[in-house]
Amino acid sequence: MNETTIEVSALAPSPTSWGRRLYAWYLRSDALKGFALLSPTLLVMGLTMLIPFGIMVTISFWAQIGFEFDTTFTLANYVEAVEQPLYQGLLLRSLAISGTCAVVTVLLSYPMAYYVAFHVHKHKMTWIILMTVPFFTSYLLRVFAWKVILGYNGVINSGLKGLGLIEEPLAFLLYSPTAVVITLAHAWAAFAILPIYISLEKIDRSLLEAATDLGDGPVKRFLGVTLPLSMPGVIAATLMIFIPTVGDYVTPTLVGGPDGLMIANLIQAQFGLVNNWPMGAALAIDMMVVVAAISLLYIWLTRKITEKIA
Amino acid sequence: MTEVAYIDRPSRALYFYAILYLGFLYIPVLFLPMFSFNDNIYIAFPLKGFTTKWYVEMFNNQPMWAALNNSLNVACVSAAIATLLGLFGAKAVTRYRIPGEKLIIFVIMLPMVVPYIIMGVALLILVTRLGFDLSLYTVTMAHVLISVPFAMATLIARFEGFDQALEEASADLGASPLSTFWRVTLPLVFPGVLASFLLCFTISFDEFIMAYFLAGTDPTLPIFIWSQLRFPFRLPGVLALGSLILVVSFVVVFISQWLRRYRVEKTQPGI
Repeated sequence: MNETTIEVSALAPSPTSWGRRLYAWYLRSDALKGFALLSPTLLVMGLTMLIPFGIMVTISFWAQIGFEFDTTFTLANYVEAVEQPLYQGLLLRSLAISGTCAVVTVLLSYPMAYYVAFHVHKHKMTWIILMTVPFFTSYLLRVFAWKVILGYNGVINSGLKGLGLIEEPLAFLLYSPTAVVITLAHAWAAFAILPIYISLEKIDRSLLEAATDLGDGPVKRFLGVTLPLSMPGVIAATLMIFIPTVGDYVTPTLVGGPDGLMIANLIQAQFGLVNNWPMGAALAIDMMVVVAAISLLYIWLTRKITEKIA
Repeated sequence: MTEVAYIDRPSRALYFYAILYLGFLYIPVLFLPMFSFNDNIYIAFPLKGFTTKWYVEMFNNQPMWAALNNSLNVACVSAAIATLLGLFGAKAVTRYRIPGEKLIIFVIMLPMVVPYIIMGVALLILVTRLGFDLSLYTVTMAHVLISVPFAMATLIARFEGFDQALEEASADLGASPLSTFWRVTLPLVFPGVLASFLLCFTISFDEFIMAYFLAGTDPTLPIFIWSQLRFPFRLPGVLALGSLILVVSFVVVFISQWLRRYRVEKTQPGI
């Protein structure tokens, strides 16, 4: 921070205007310079996230009358969101689908991350890039690919029929919650692999050697050392899949069918066809609060359990 | 040192699993290009024959070109803004001690874990309450919001990766803060800047959920594709377009990931 001291000392002998003093103070203060640099980013985040979010909360306490809002305060939207069985059913189903998807994806991805962290020595970067690249290609197209695969005349059905294994297409493949889980597990795989991989990579290898020297077998060593130390990655992976997928409406629309619709489809409808924005806002907030509560509970529980074991 | 080899012991089972896993990641996506050359309006086995007519059909589709143009504009502008904001932000959090830094980073990273539909809806309400029309500008705004966390993460890693003494040396030798930034910092972080731009570009180019709420009458490419998915006879054209997008975005993402991890010591600035 030499530049600071030089310039400040140059300014100090002339105790003149407030502006100069302020400038000197600014140059001396690390925090102020940091904030000044951060301010554009924070301003944009505030304008595009925090303020809109505040307005959404406000609107959720209003009511829709035709194309206008009735701005008198009411809890009616929240009461309806909680009491209406359809809404509750959709929310529960979304949580179940996303929860299943998060668990399945993490279980499937753990061995993969483990392999790259402990068994790949050459071309590690290539493996990591190979695992990440599909994640950044069009989400819409990846979901559509599953529609092509699972469809009534899709890859699986027409393939099995061609091989003479089935007479009629298997109707249950597409338009079911299972189809949604499979598609989401595929689409969000990278979000599971990367956090787990990073936490595995961070594990001090000498700990594993110590466990071996003390006579632990591979299984005991994994359960006693590797798994607990990689838990932060597992927790992060679960949440990074669970939270965003609850709010997905593309996958349920394309492959879910009537039984696979999720809460986000309902929210989208409130801002579209149904045209009841306050209700939509209330449902969105309801969803966020429930998801946040589950996530916090999950973090708390896993921490307790890891502490008990360790 | 015999048992230590545990870490290095090759595991055939795990290797086999890893190959299967990569297959699960890639094979579903590869069906798109495969069927895009299939001479059949229905997407089903058996394959009928090779054709490029779906590509020709797509090529002559004017609304597709308009949507592509919109998407390129939105992606370029939002990626540039997000990278610039990420550059300021990353420099601030890595070079200065800021009170409440953890909270600030948490807020900036929040869009990574908030469902897109929530942010899309919230922005939709804001824009309409302010009386603005929905347009490509509102989509750009939304894409800046979701890109900034990725830009920050990419650039923070880059800033942490080089020796701060280089910047101090430049200042000691009498360079102004601006010229230090221009001639020392920027060349050092440039691969990160490029990686961030490409990453943000692909994020915006592919984003559908928020764009669907926030686009006015001008569709972006994902919105255009979405509108095509309703018509079975349009599907082969979507396959052709999708295959092209996949190829291009694979290349772009590969470059950006490579740049992101390109080692700092290889890029000493040529001042």
